[in-house]
Amino acid sequence: MLINHPQLGPRDAAEFVYLGDASLMHRPDAQSPTAAEEFHDYLHLRDNPAGVHRELWYHEQGDRAWLIVTRNTLTHEITNVQMARDVALAEQQGHVAS
Amino acid sequence: MRYSAFQIFKQGLTGNKHWPKTWRTPDPAQQYDVIIVGGGGHGLATAHYLAKEHGITNVAVLEKGWLGGGNIGRNTTIIRSNYLLPENEPFYELSMKLWEGLEQDINYNAMVSQRGIINLYHSDSQRDAYVRRGNAMLMAGADAVLLDREGVRAQYPFLDFDNARFPIRGGLWQPRAGTVRHDAVAWGYAHAADSRGVDIIQNCEVNGFIMEDGKCVGVNSTRGSIRAKKVAVCVAGSSGRVMSMAGLRLPIESHVLQAFVSEGLKPVIPGVITYGAGHFYISQSDKGGLVFGGDIDGYNSYAQRGNLPTVEDVCEGGMAMMPVIGRARLLRMWGGIMDMSMDGSPFIDHTSIPGLYFNGGWCYGGFKATPASGWCYAHLIATEQPHETAKGMRLDRFKSGAVMDERGAGAQPNLH
Repeated sequence: MLINHPQLGPRDAAEFVYLGDASLMHRPDAQSPTAAEEFHDYLHLRDNPAGVHRELWYHEQGDRAWLIVTRNTLTHEITNVQMARDVALAEQQGHVAS
Repeated sequence: MRYSAFQIFKQGLTGNKHWPKTWRTPDPAQQYDVIIVGGGGHGLATAHYLAKEHGITNVAVLEKGWLGGGNIGRNTTIIRSNYLLPENEPFYELSMKLWEGLEQDINYNAMVSQRGIINLYHSDSQRDAYVRRGNAMLMAGADAVLLDREGVRAQYPFLDFDNARFPIRGGLWQPRAGTVRHDAVAWGYAHAADSRGVDIIQNCEVNGFIMEDGKCVGVNSTRGSIRAKKVAVCVAGSSGRVMSMAGLRLPIESHVLQAFVSEGLKPVIPGVITYGAGHFYISQSDKGGLVFGGDIDGYNSYAQRGNLPTVEDVCEGGMAMMPVIGRARLLRMWGGIMDMSMDGSPFIDHTSIPGLYFNGGWCYGGFKATPASGWCYAHLIATEQPHETAKGMRLDRFKSGAVMDERGAGAQPNLH
């Protein structure tokens, strides 16, 4: 697989370390009254879809950036690659704006 | 029909034209006591033990493809019981004992061959870990022999004992381990279950569960609605897909594992060898092909095929352990979908929905577990109690904290 890094162009997937579902970016609030339950689900349960999957890849052998790769788990086709930082910042701004 | 030497003789005399079908091809009935979703090794074994050990024969096994087309026909055929943890080792030893009596039990030649497995060690600390593991195995009634370098050399003189980075210091040997003809396991269990009245229905894909009053009372399938008192899911790599139809999320990710077979060679590897400094395991089939594999690719996949970096990694492991493999040519390679759990150990448990049972999370160790998995799943379905050796295999163990992490890698499925 080639991952089209937004800043470095197409890179061999072997340069990356795979973490998993991109929802892992959304850590539950530790102060929530149901934090124990939420952390259990966050840490251990997965949607595990057959089809389009947004997932976190870390460019360990490259620029050490976290990427969000949108990939089809049935075909391995990659349709979108974003910098995780950009996505997180956009989400934060969206949160502040609302 | 019972398979026997007499039958071979008799059928041979008549040109082998009158062998009956190994199992029937029935249409699904309206109602069963138990529906097993998934006609792989574990599902068929469950059906067999439900019928034989618990007298429950009004059972259907629903298989979306054909028998032997999933992981039961895609693995590297190794059986062993060399685990460490007390929640795992007695279960795998039960499996090994069931393997030993399998062919008589199911009246089918599965070519169970106890040719032994050696896990190589390359350092003092690894030796210590294997001493501990070997003792855990002995305590569970399994067999384990610690070999020094010369002990390994006596069996496998061609290994790279003096590798500069990872010299071989010895190995942990389980003589009762070995290999089994994997397709024959599916066919044999199907034959045995069918002969006790279990309906095996192929090309029947489940596409929903029938829920009434919060209970699971059947399935919708490509062959229509089928009702049952109990529905037992056993679909390995498709666990997430199937259980999501019941609205359940699982502590499982599906990953691809590749396996490889070389061209046929003269006998060179009598047993099974695993490399201790990387992930590589190898045996030789009776047809002469070297059968080997290594790590999963490491990313979520349902594709049943992998990528080249893993092929390279596996072959490097092979070259580091036994350079002689470099002269063999690869004949075939393929992928299977592994239900990788969050602690690397499986589940055989009730779900939160009454009437719905779950068996999965076998990671890439499901084949060796086939008999015990069926045995313990049948026990759970028939008695509503977990089997003695499968008490730890609970779906809620990440909540209770009683995880079974053989590797100690945490909730990161691609590291198990």
